[in-house]
Amino acid sequence: MYVATKGGERAIEAAHAWLAEERRGDPAVPELSLAQIREQMALAVNRVMAEGSLFDPDLAALAIKQARGDLIEAIFLIRAYRTTLPRFGASLPIATEDMAITRRVSATFKDIPGGQILGPTFDYTHRLLDFKLAAEGAPVPTAACKPADANPAPHILALLDRDELMEPLEHSDATPPDLTREPLEMPAERALRLQALTRGDEGFVLSMAYSTQRGYGRTHAFVGELRIGRCAVEMDIPELGFSVEIGEVELSECETVNQFTGSKTEPPQFTRGYGLVFGQNERKAISMSLVDRALRWQELGEDDTGAPAQDAEFVLYHCDNIQATGFLEHIKLPHYVDFQSELELIRRLRRDAKAPQQEAAQ
Amino acid sequence: MQSELSGGFTQAPQQAAQAFRACLEAMARPGQVQAIRGAAPPAPLSPAAGAVLLTLVDQAVTLHLAPSHDTPAIRAWVAFHCGAQLVDAEQADFALGTWAALGPIERFAIGTPDYPDRSATLIVEMAAFGAANARLSGPGIASVQEADLPAIPAIQQNHAQFPLGLDFLLCSGAQVFGLPRSTKVEAL
Amino acid sequence: MSDQAYNFAYLDEATKRMIRRAILKGLAVPGYQVPFASREMPMPYGWGTGGVQVTAACLTPEDTLKVIDQGADDTTNAVSIRTFFERTAGVATTTQTAQASVIQTRHRIPEEPLRAGQILVYQVPIPEPLRFLEPRESETRKMHALEEYGLMHVKLYEDIARHGEISTAYAYPVRVEGRYVMDPSPIPKFDNPKLGNCPAIQLFGAGREQRIYALPPYCDVVSLDFEDHPFTPSKADHDCDLCGCATSYLDEVITDDQGGRMFVCSDTDFCETRRDAGHRGRLSPEETA
Repeated sequence: MYVATKGGERAIEAAHAWLAEERRGDPAVPELSLAQIREQMALAVNRVMAEGSLFDPDLAALAIKQARGDLIEAIFLIRAYRTTLPRFGASLPIATEDMAITRRVSATFKDIPGGQILGPTFDYTHRLLDFKLAAEGAPVPTAACKPADANPAPHILALLDRDELMEPLEHSDATPPDLTREPLEMPAERALRLQALTRGDEGFVLSMAYSTQRGYGRTHAFVGELRIGRCAVEMDIPELGFSVEIGEVELSECETVNQFTGSKTEPPQFTRGYGLVFGQNERKAISMSLVDRALRWQELGEDDTGAPAQDAEFVLYHCDNIQATGFLEHIKLPHYVDFQSELELIRRLRRDAKAPQQEAAQ
Repeated sequence: MQSELSGGFTQAPQQAAQAFRACLEAMARPGQVQAIRGAAPPAPLSPAAGAVLLTLVDQAVTLHLAPSHDTPAIRAWVAFHCGAQLVDAEQADFALGTWAALGPIERFAIGTPDYPDRSATLIVEMAAFGAANARLSGPGIASVQEADLPAIPAIQQNHAQFPLGLDFLLCSGAQVFGLPRSTKVEAL
Repeated sequence: MSDQAYNFAYLDEATKRMIRRAILKGLAVPGYQVPFASREMPMPYGWGTGGVQVTAACLTPEDTLKVIDQGADDTTNAVSIRTFFERTAGVATTTQTAQASVIQTRHRIPEEPLRAGQILVYQVPIPEPLRFLEPRESETRKMHALEEYGLMHVKLYEDIARHGEISTAYAYPVRVEGRYVMDPSPIPKFDNPKLGNCPAIQLFGAGREQRIYALPPYCDVVSLDFEDHPFTPSKADHDCDLCGCATSYLDEVITDDQGGRMFVCSDTDFCETRRDAGHRGRLSPEETA
């Protein structure tokens, strides 16, 4: 005998308790500390900070722990927390040319002022599982040090700029729109597009960028410069009348140089794509630059080839993994009512479709 | 002692919610007078208009003070409690004043065909809600509703622009009624 | 007891003001989708973030809240949203439609007629009725501006040509006050006739899509149709097996693997109220008293 289901509340409580148990895993295995996640899962922490739009490694580590390592879930936790934070003001634009660099490469010039710095990269590791890591208590690895280079490390694209080979950069002191405070509206200006991309899903932005390389909106990109390091964040304090440093953030910045043979409106020159992401996250920074450049077709007078990466509305409305995963996963919620209405419809249509056949058979 | 610091909501989340419900009912049921409480603003600002300002107006929007309400006391009160940027009629999201002082209402934004919501809301101060001079019909009204309107042809012209147009919250004492652009108006 | 760590009804006051402004504009232009800066809520997009934000902007301490999903108060997401507001707003909650001043719903309109003083808040997944005909927001916005709804009529007419009837069973589009074509959220078309001429205020919130729209009371709402193919609300051709109601919307419940099934009211409060009043259906348990 059917009884109207009761006990949704009990089911939820039980599910949460079970989830907590699973999160902890085997109690015989020591619990992860936030410091361990922060220090040893740093790239996961970086991704959560980048897509969560909040620079706080400890909170990102907490979110990863709470989310059982599901990074999109962790990003969601950070986003939901972020929206509740009061806003005291806006920082000054950060000066990435003054970055304390840990990694800097240019694919366009062999030697660059300030030098190329390979830094802590997987680039030339042989992807062989290191079974020594499976054993705990290995000696703490150390790397050789040298004093920081005192020479300035100007942006490579700024050097090309001096030769007037680059498209001129338009400077603006206008307050950029804020994606988290105003509804997204098309057409979206570049500042808004970049904002959406930097918090966009890494996998989505990567695939979009990859599609441009394979000819869907090709942009002929070279990595003019990729730099990773720490930048000071300053804020104007009206009461003091000057700005003070309130902290620093780790950033990955990518500037691409894109060949451009000219259009109806623009002369032949090199054009730019730009990527800036929290933390060491060069895959995302490079991807972002390629997609940024592809989205700029209109202002550069290029043709719309119909490529997905050229379609700002498509890219911006689908790059956010919190929106995407929510809507995707919601189809597992009850849809009894809608399904019932579909059942009736299909039954009726089948009945109506069969009727003439039966009549014909008689 | 009245100062610009006083006269706001003392329990903002709860009082703002109650005042909003009055605004909601007002805009949903044109011409039906609603009680609205919680504000004690400086004269000539009515408690009703004060509560509307506290409920809907803040730094994110612009406000036009018509000459009838452009006094130092009201400016200071609005600056402290709402923080809205004060602007000319043409740029205003909200405007406050008597009907005469707000006019001509053609100056205010009526929205665009793409975004009819980008239109001004006029908070109109009335000395009193007197005998009805108009018959209202349209969304929010079961059959007909009578109301005392500060003007008729101008409000009919506003309705004629639907879905563009201005929306009005008419205030007197501690009472408010709404008149959205969707309401059809006939003189009695 | 409400959770002191958060503001009344969770959202901060600035966010509520922003949502309240959007709601009022929505009421002023019935059926038009007002963009609003939807916030990231502590529940996923698709779980009713739009409805939750609208409810949060409307709730007063005096309200009595009812939350339903698929017509039922005890579906898990309805339970979860109700608990959220018990925690953050400390409001009274109820499962009885008549007792509620604010009702948040997903996919149903209660069977019991609503009255003035009530607010029905709908959770909306895709607010744009033209979206599946034209995926671009820039295009659909133009179509609404120009009142260009030919595409929708063509689609409905093609349905009739192919199937002999309009093959939309839920989220059936309506025309509001002769102007905007509106998505009523994925309610079954059975519920469409209750949208118009309703004494209550109806508000629609789409969080992920950042849109709010509204129907003031006693609004003119017409389900799209053609003269030779008039709109017909439909339901399963059965009575409720628990309360015997012949006019309520029914859930079909599979009872065994032999094709056994039963039909019960989707509106659980409505069904219980009827049973309490002594109504009985085909499969009602025998009275033991």
